Amino acid sequence: MEEKTKFNLRAWKIVLPYLKDTKKLAVIVLLFMIVSSVSESIYPLFTNYAVKHFVTDGTVEGIGWFIFAYAAAIIIGGIAVIIYCRNALVLEIKLGCFMKRDCFVHLQKLSLSFFSNSSVGYLLARVMSDTDRISGVIAWGILNFLWNFIYIISAYISMFILAPKLAAILLLLIPIVGVATWYFQSKILVVNRKVRHINSQITGAYNEGITGAKASKTLVIEDQNCAEFSGYTADMYKQSIRSSTLTAVMLPLVTFVGSIAVAAVLDIGGRDVIFGGMEYSTLSAFITYAVAIVNPIVEVAHVFTDLNTAQVCVERVNNLLNEPCTVTDTPEVIEKYGTSFEPKRENWEPVRGEVEFKNVWFRYPDSDEYVLEDFNLHVPAGTTVAIVGETGAGKSTLVNLACRFYEPTQGQILIDGRDAKERSQLWLHSSLGYVLQDPHLFSGTLAENIRYGRLDATGEDVERAAKMVSADTVASHLPGGYSAHVGEGGDRLSTGEKQLVSFARAVIADPPIFVLDEATSSIDTETELLIQNAISHILEGRTSFIIAHRLSTIRHADMILVVDHGKIVERGTHDELMAKSGRYAALVEAMRIKTEN
Amino acid sequence: MKKKNTLTKLLLRTMRGSYGLFVIALITSAVSILFSFLLPQVVGYTVDSVIGTHEKVIPDILQNLVDSLGGRDGLLKNFIICAIAVGICAVISGVFNFISRKTLAHGTERFTRKLRDSLFAHVQHLPFSWHTETQTGDIIQRCTSDVETTKRFVSQQLIEVVRTVVLLIIAFIMMFRLDVKMAVVCGIFVPIILGYTMVFFRQIAKKFLHCDEAEGDLMVKVQENLTGVRVVRAFGRERYEIDTFDEKCDIYSNSWTSLGYTMGIYWGLGDIVSALQLLAVVSAGAFFAAKGEITLGDMLIFISYTQTIAGPVRQLGRVVSDMSKTGVALQRINEIFDAEPEKEPEGAKTPPMDRDITFKNVTFSYDGRNVLKDLSFTIPAGSTFGILGGTGSGKSTLTYVLNRLYDLPENGGSIEIGGVDIKEISLPHLRKNVGLVLQEPFLFSKTIMENIDIASKTGDLEKVRESAKIAAVDKDIISFTEGYDTIVGERGVTLSGGQKQRVAMARTLMLKSPIMVFDDSMSNLDMETDAQIRSALREGTGNSTVIIISHRISTLMQADKILVLEDGKCAELGSHHELMEKDSIYRRIYEIQAGLDRKEEN
Repeated sequence: MEEKTKFNLRAWKIVLPYLKDTKKLAVIVLLFMIVSSVSESIYPLFTNYAVKHFVTDGTVEGIGWFIFAYAAAIIIGGIAVIIYCRNALVLEIKLGCFMKRDCFVHLQKLSLSFFSNSSVGYLLARVMSDTDRISGVIAWGILNFLWNFIYIISAYISMFILAPKLAAILLLLIPIVGVATWYFQSKILVVNRKVRHINSQITGAYNEGITGAKASKTLVIEDQNCAEFSGYTADMYKQSIRSSTLTAVMLPLVTFVGSIAVAAVLDIGGRDVIFGGMEYSTLSAFITYAVAIVNPIVEVAHVFTDLNTAQVCVERVNNLLNEPCTVTDTPEVIEKYGTSFEPKRENWEPVRGEVEFKNVWFRYPDSDEYVLEDFNLHVPAGTTVAIVGETGAGKSTLVNLACRFYEPTQGQILIDGRDAKERSQLWLHSSLGYVLQDPHLFSGTLAENIRYGRLDATGEDVERAAKMVSADTVASHLPGGYSAHVGEGGDRLSTGEKQLVSFARAVIADPPIFVLDEATSSIDTETELLIQNAISHILEGRTSFIIAHRLSTIRHADMILVVDHGKIVERGTHDELMAKSGRYAALVEAMRIKTEN
Repeated sequence: MKKKNTLTKLLLRTMRGSYGLFVIALITSAVSILFSFLLPQVVGYTVDSVIGTHEKVIPDILQNLVDSLGGRDGLLKNFIICAIAVGICAVISGVFNFISRKTLAHGTERFTRKLRDSLFAHVQHLPFSWHTETQTGDIIQRCTSDVETTKRFVSQQLIEVVRTVVLLIIAFIMMFRLDVKMAVVCGIFVPIILGYTMVFFRQIAKKFLHCDEAEGDLMVKVQENLTGVRVVRAFGRERYEIDTFDEKCDIYSNSWTSLGYTMGIYWGLGDIVSALQLLAVVSAGAFFAAKGEITLGDMLIFISYTQTIAGPVRQLGRVVSDMSKTGVALQRINEIFDAEPEKEPEGAKTPPMDRDITFKNVTFSYDGRNVLKDLSFTIPAGSTFGILGGTGSGKSTLTYVLNRLYDLPENGGSIEIGGVDIKEISLPHLRKNVGLVLQEPFLFSKTIMENIDIASKTGDLEKVRESAKIAAVDKDIISFTEGYDTIVGERGVTLSGGQKQRVAMARTLMLKSPIMVFDDSMSNLDMETDAQIRSALREGTGNSTVIIISHRISTLMQADKILVLEDGKCAELGSHHELMEKDSIYRRIYEIQAGLDRKEEN
């Protein structure tokens, strides 16, 4: 998105729906803010009354009633303060939470290609700290602005009634302050955009510094990381100072201009009184207003500074919320099948598992090179397809397309004979048992992780699924068994153990389509042999895509695809391909154990 | 109050080097405030006593100044002087305000930078076990949000605190000199304010801690969701993720709301008490004045003093609640600092590392799980050592204790390299010389070139390519449009698992360490690439001691010695031929793997 240097009110439009949701709170806050200030403005009347009636008259008669009335005003004012402060704080939190939630929900909709190109730290900074900035400014800044703005307007009206000529002079203040504010704001905005960007970099650096701790330690590059981080904070320091300097010039300047205006009015008005033409009391009252108006003007300028800081955050949140999903469901599909959040399961056809690639062309969004060109493949329901080939040959691409994590650039992918786009993403994803190459687990217990595959699974189901793929050995090794915590990302388990658990997680869902992406690469031979039988049993009658390097896993597949540089170079059964003595036969040759040295 | 001390220490330690700035900021802001107070006084005096005829009592110095300008008549003649006086006040106040803001900004930013840098450095040097026990999101929350809270306090409130206290002291000294009775009436509110402030200080701290923890939890949720996004999608668990997010968000929102309620009462109470203070002063003043015990002038002065301190007293509510929050934030930051970083052993040795590696009765347990049990064996220098073992048998842990990602406990045996206990070896020296390729490689968000060269820092593309060729990844890399300048996304998402493994391998190869450990590094590679790498390795690693962990017999069989780990114990040890001659686990696995191959030949 193009970056603008001006304060852009349009970006703030995203805030409106949130304000609508919190309208009631905002009204309460405004109302009680007014009550509190009204009661506050009458306190001086009590002082005047006391001086006039008690001191001057030298009597304490009626002082009881006086105290009572005064205290009542104080209590009413105080309660109003309590109410508006409370509600303003709640407003701030509510706004922040609504925004966080929307960001989070949107992140759940975004396609995987988006995540390949954005760092977790950047996204975290947007969801968590940028939204906080915005809600803080709205809850306090806008209220503050309104309050002071109303004050300024009413003061000007009073001044015009008192002395139009002097008021007109003071009115000059507004354009001067306005221009100065505008000038500084646009400068501050530019700097602040850098500041927020560095803030994400810092969050990102923390994230990487922590998640990559093991790698950093083994490579002994901790100090290097620190030096790099220090580069970010040095940038942050520089830009923050620039931003603060601009503010440090701007706010005193506005005050100064205001004070000079007061001095001018004092001079001109004073002469008027001295040489006749103006009442002394008029000037006295006028000056009181003139002095009192300076602070609110500074406050308004201050609010603009805050808004400007937040403007950058609004843009960033806006960008996130406007990030298009590359894989989307059409309105008709949503109408019938529901969204990923509100599925209409009653309309879902059962998945048989027939997958067909029809004239599929595909390139990744960040590349111009086609990985698949006019690719055709028909996988009847219940077929086991093994995909082999050199590392990095593009095996995962086929799976990504079949699972609809990516959409073909051209052509169609048919599931059960109908274009995948005619059904919702969730419809397909709910029927997938995907065991990923990188077996990511969530923090929580072992049982919770397996249950992620089917949320309503009982403890027995969990254990049965685990047993099926020999993941029960993992549980028996852990103190606490199934209720043992696996740590963040499953870090307390070994890679092989994580693979077993993620296998169990897929099995428990009992899906019609299985995708095993190097699912057993880190599992030892004996365990693998054990689950090999289980796998062939599980896969019976289901469509499955298997990416593997182990011959044992591939051999029995109904169809073997040999991928090389993103192209399918051979396809057929094991025997057919062996007879061909082509690429596949060469691969098999390499897999064989060579006993000769 | 021991805790408090360490927090103050943390605050002071981080401020060190910027004290001067804070002092200047404080003094200049005092001057600026003084003149901004003076300005309305000058205006008031001009209106009342120059234009009007009310005699106003002003301090002697100012009275002298007025007199030297010719008194009221003189000022009336040269009326512009009054306006100029206002202008001078405005200029001085403005200039000092600028200086104050500018120096404070320097001080605060220097403070924040130091805090961030030292936090990051500390986290980098914390032991690996700490990293596995903590939640990334929570730590990030502490390092970002809690730091922000502290920064806000230092930049906005610290001066406020000092100013309020100074102002109160001066005001009360003046009041007591004027009239003790009235001063007591006014001063009686100070203990009241202090009393409920203490109560609220604790309350707010307690509630803010909940808020902060809830925020940390929420951060963990979002962070994990983003890291595990593929799993979420693959299982279509978007709804579930949002539901759990909502749960955490509700807790977060509720704890903040609850805090908001407390703060609202506290702030409101501050307003009420400061107004009541004025009420008391006005009523008592009226009472005493009516009785003729004090003059009207004195009473008005008391009222004006009370009004002057009313602002700061009300402000105190905000300051104290921020102070309380900052205390919590600092405490959470301090918890990170309290964790003991990895330490260099005393008299750290840097012995030659191309020596025999000896495991002596190594026993290690983690999380109540006995991982390694009484392991003893020797890896001769320059040899290739293979390790085979079941899932969860402790293979990776073995490499972790070798390069001290985990330290062996007191009675957990020892590991020696060339006869020197690794506990006595300088940590960077040890790790630089033990090149470990992790099972789950982590790539940094940089270009491939930078990633491979990250520890070696040669800046030499040729050398990098050489390593990449040994790791059989050069071909892959040059096929990318950007080649070696391709930025690998976070956690290297854009690369396949096998490519990541090989880039990590190339990265370690760059170090030419005398000891190299490959922890199942070829699991995601096809056999052909595996074989290719192994033969290149044999030439590329020269005299290095090589430890290879694998499940593939073909990867291990050429090793000089092969260790078979079973349940953390050394089950078998010998060369391929030795192990094949016995009725060994090794042979059984060989037969499974070979058998599977043979079957397909039929």
